[in-house]
Amino acid sequence: MYSRIAIKDQIREGQLFSSRAIIALICIILALLTIIGRMVYLQILSHEHYTTLSQNNRVSIQPIAPTRGLILDRNGVVLAQNLPTYTLEVIAERVKDMDQTITELGQIIDISGDDIKRFRKQLKHKRRFQPVPLRLRLSEEEVARLAVNRHRFPGIEIAARLMRDYPQTNLAVHSVGYVSRISEKELDQIDPSNYAATSHIGKLGIEKAYEQQLHGTVGFQKVETNVLGRTLRVLQRTPPIPGQNITLTLDTELQRTAKQALAGNTGAVIAIDTNNGEILVMASTGDYDPNLFVNGIGHKSYDELRTSRAKPLFNRALQGQYPPGSTVKPFIGLAGLEDGTITPSTSLFCRGWHTIKSDERKYRDWKKEGHGHTNLEKSIVESCDVFYYDLAQTMGIDRIHEFLSPFGFGQKTGIDISGEASGILPSTEWKRRVRGKPWYLGETLIAGIGQGYTLTTPLQLAKATAILANRGRSIQPHLFMQASLPDSEPFEYQTDRKGEIIAKAKPSNWEETIKAMENVIYGRHGTARRLNRGQPYRIAGKTGTAQVFGIKQDEEYVEEDVDKHLRDHALFVSFAPSDKPQIAVAVIVENGGHGGSVAAPIAGAVIDQYLGGRQ
Amino acid sequence: MNQNRDYGRWIDRRQSGSFTARSLHMDWPLLLGLLILSSVGLVVLYSSGGQDMDLIWRQCIRLGIAFGLMFMIAQIPPHHIERWAPWIFGAGVLMLIAVLAVGTVGKGAQRWLDLGFFRFQPSEIMKLAVPMMIAWYLADNTLPPSRRAIVVTALIIAVPVGLIVKQPDLGTSLLIAMSGIFALLLAGISGRLVGGLSILAAACAPLVWFFGMHDYQRQRVLTFLNPESDPLGSGYHIIQSKIAIGSGGLYGKGWLNGTQSQLEFLPERSTDFIFAVFAEEFGFFGILVLLTIYLYIIARGLYIAAQAQDTFTRLLAGSLTLTFFVYLVVNIGMVSGMLPVVGLPLPLVSYGGTSMVTLMAAFGMLMSIQTHRKLIASG
Repeated sequence: MYSRIAIKDQIREGQLFSSRAIIALICIILALLTIIGRMVYLQILSHEHYTTLSQNNRVSIQPIAPTRGLILDRNGVVLAQNLPTYTLEVIAERVKDMDQTITELGQIIDISGDDIKRFRKQLKHKRRFQPVPLRLRLSEEEVARLAVNRHRFPGIEIAARLMRDYPQTNLAVHSVGYVSRISEKELDQIDPSNYAATSHIGKLGIEKAYEQQLHGTVGFQKVETNVLGRTLRVLQRTPPIPGQNITLTLDTELQRTAKQALAGNTGAVIAIDTNNGEILVMASTGDYDPNLFVNGIGHKSYDELRTSRAKPLFNRALQGQYPPGSTVKPFIGLAGLEDGTITPSTSLFCRGWHTIKSDERKYRDWKKEGHGHTNLEKSIVESCDVFYYDLAQTMGIDRIHEFLSPFGFGQKTGIDISGEASGILPSTEWKRRVRGKPWYLGETLIAGIGQGYTLTTPLQLAKATAILANRGRSIQPHLFMQASLPDSEPFEYQTDRKGEIIAKAKPSNWEETIKAMENVIYGRHGTARRLNRGQPYRIAGKTGTAQVFGIKQDEEYVEEDVDKHLRDHALFVSFAPSDKPQIAVAVIVENGGHGGSVAAPIAGAVIDQYLGGRQ
Repeated sequence: MNQNRDYGRWIDRRQSGSFTARSLHMDWPLLLGLLILSSVGLVVLYSSGGQDMDLIWRQCIRLGIAFGLMFMIAQIPPHHIERWAPWIFGAGVLMLIAVLAVGTVGKGAQRWLDLGFFRFQPSEIMKLAVPMMIAWYLADNTLPPSRRAIVVTALIIAVPVGLIVKQPDLGTSLLIAMSGIFALLLAGISGRLVGGLSILAAACAPLVWFFGMHDYQRQRVLTFLNPESDPLGSGYHIIQSKIAIGSGGLYGKGWLNGTQSQLEFLPERSTDFIFAVFAEEFGFFGILVLLTIYLYIIARGLYIAAQAQDTFTRLLAGSLTLTFFVYLVVNIGMVSGMLPVVGLPLPLVSYGGTSMVTLMAAFGMLMSIQTHRKLIASG
């Protein structure tokens, strides 16, 4: 080996190697410079670009839901609030044996098979460090039992979440409404960023109408997350602005009184403050518990509500359309006075029926033997029909329409919750337009006693009564009183239709009409004389009985012979005190029979409590 | 030089039993470079591994084994290494065949040979055995090598490379081929021939693409050409790695503060992609320092090669050093998106055992070559 090396030209080979080694070193330095060049490109020239990408990687923005505003009645009684509900959550990565944990938890609190099924399903879609709910709506006792045993179960957490709660349950459900989960359709309409953390939205009533104020403004937090999405720390926080608390014009106690008075019947009560249109009572029977809807009502429960004969989902005060019956008489009488067709002393002999020349048909009075000589006051006090057949015939339907329109008949009142029906105040033009038929004189006659085509909602009746009580000054019925945030000026209800005189009549005509309405209660023959109980204030009112089904020409309506649901509706409109009105009340009792005996006492109870409580 | 010679004689006189610096057969400048580099590696690993001290201890144990092996190999005189070269090479080839026959499959490739008590990759041995074999063969020939010598050398390279490609392990086969080619280049093969071979290789590339590659290998090349085409799949590594490097900027985000690595956006951050962690946390200036350390080690290796006294040691030292450099360039090139992802670690920094042990064995040979020089001369 040594000798072989000796043959080789060691010096030349060494030089050759050295030159190659130098070339290699140069190549190495060039390669290193290339790497440095690449680093200059990445770290200096493109630094900002990659910094942005790196930030986007780690920082994510999480929305924080604002707390929904409370709903209160005018005296501060809570109608809608947010209660913490407790949820048992499990974090999979901290649980050693899931099956055993669930079994053992099941020995402490009630866990149904459905709970476990839903839990397993959600578990598959969540990261292992994210909490998955196992049991919803824990009772306080269950929370306490879990808290005591907590040490046995690593990875379980009791999470508190705010849930909408209606402490008065069904009392004011038709005005307050309810919230429920946001639907697909609503998703398209709401601002997605403001609702990013919100799961519920107002569906009905005030909850829907004042959704924007109640909801508030979403907050945000920037959080640092790792590659799995786990939140590591909060970098920046913009707190949410809570929703405004909304005070309603409703008076819970008065509402309760109205409901109790209605109990056992189907119907609605509306009470309005005649000075400003604030709705004090909006009661409709056949109600339901709004709390059922918050977390999604089951199909079965919903079907029961929907198909029930009592129609609990139906807000009669707003959506129910009824013939006003005799309650329309003071308005038509006033129209006659103002029109000059009659004077307060104009008298007519009522023999129990009325006929028109072109027709052999008899238009009957409710009192078979007739009222005898009848003037305006008597016609209102005793509710004479014949007087109004004659008056309507003379005036004609279009002039009645013209005079009654300012009172709001046949129009939506514009109340600040949705779902209102408009009712009908017929005219020849209306019949041609809607029915495509000419108007007949007979239809004018029955319109004179609030039957036929005429339909009103209880709210409309209350509004019209309030305008009458105000001697023509209009009011705007509303439920919203004020919205407020802590530490800021409350926002009061505002309307541009305030205090306008819209129904014009001579003062003496107003007083004649109202005097007659007082005598409905205080007169010897008044149809609502049972309300005369020596109150320190005077009530003005008018009873009404609306036919549900027509009887044949020669038949007599005998209440006992008619099925309950085909009996007449009982109505009563009233206001008090009659000289300086404060409250107007409209009552309807479906199939109740006579307004004076059934509906009037309900209105009386409301008025007595409202005015009695004030003195 | 003269001083060294005198020093050597002084050693010769006292070679029996005296426990001095020289008798440890350590090349102190090289050892210093390796120690600094592996210390830097531990610092980065502490950060990339989420401050896991267990990880650091395991890496320290590996480093201890690797440095121990280096120390032992440094004690073996180069002429012993020369004498064993063909035997080691032969044994290595047999083991590669055995791997293909009975090897253990891991991560979709057959690389491991399980001897019951011990599992290892014969391809790692070939990283040393191929340069040794070529250096042994060319040392008997006059240089520059004749055509016949070039053909034989090409065979020495082709047989193990072919077997390793079969496993398949593209990264290692490439590295081994490069080490052999470096030995040939250092031996003085003509530039023209090198150019011709390069063209031939380029012409063969399509054949390799269609017949020589697995689907996942083709995918890697495609991903390299356009990582954004598959941002959640195989392109994800490169995208995240570039974000880590780029967002590091001039000064870096600071040790333990790299968001890409600490928040685990960067995959393989303790192993193949540890360079991206370093770049994110220490920035451009940190990279300049790191490359300086590497350049120092490589320059020292080439110096040792140039100082070597015979063809075998020269070629061996030279090609081992250049192979070390290839590790560096391929790793940084792949992490920074200049080369396809082939799965080579950043030498002496990445977490992991096998390649580190092989590398330190190579440095042991370099030290042996450097420290046994005078003894051969005087013997």
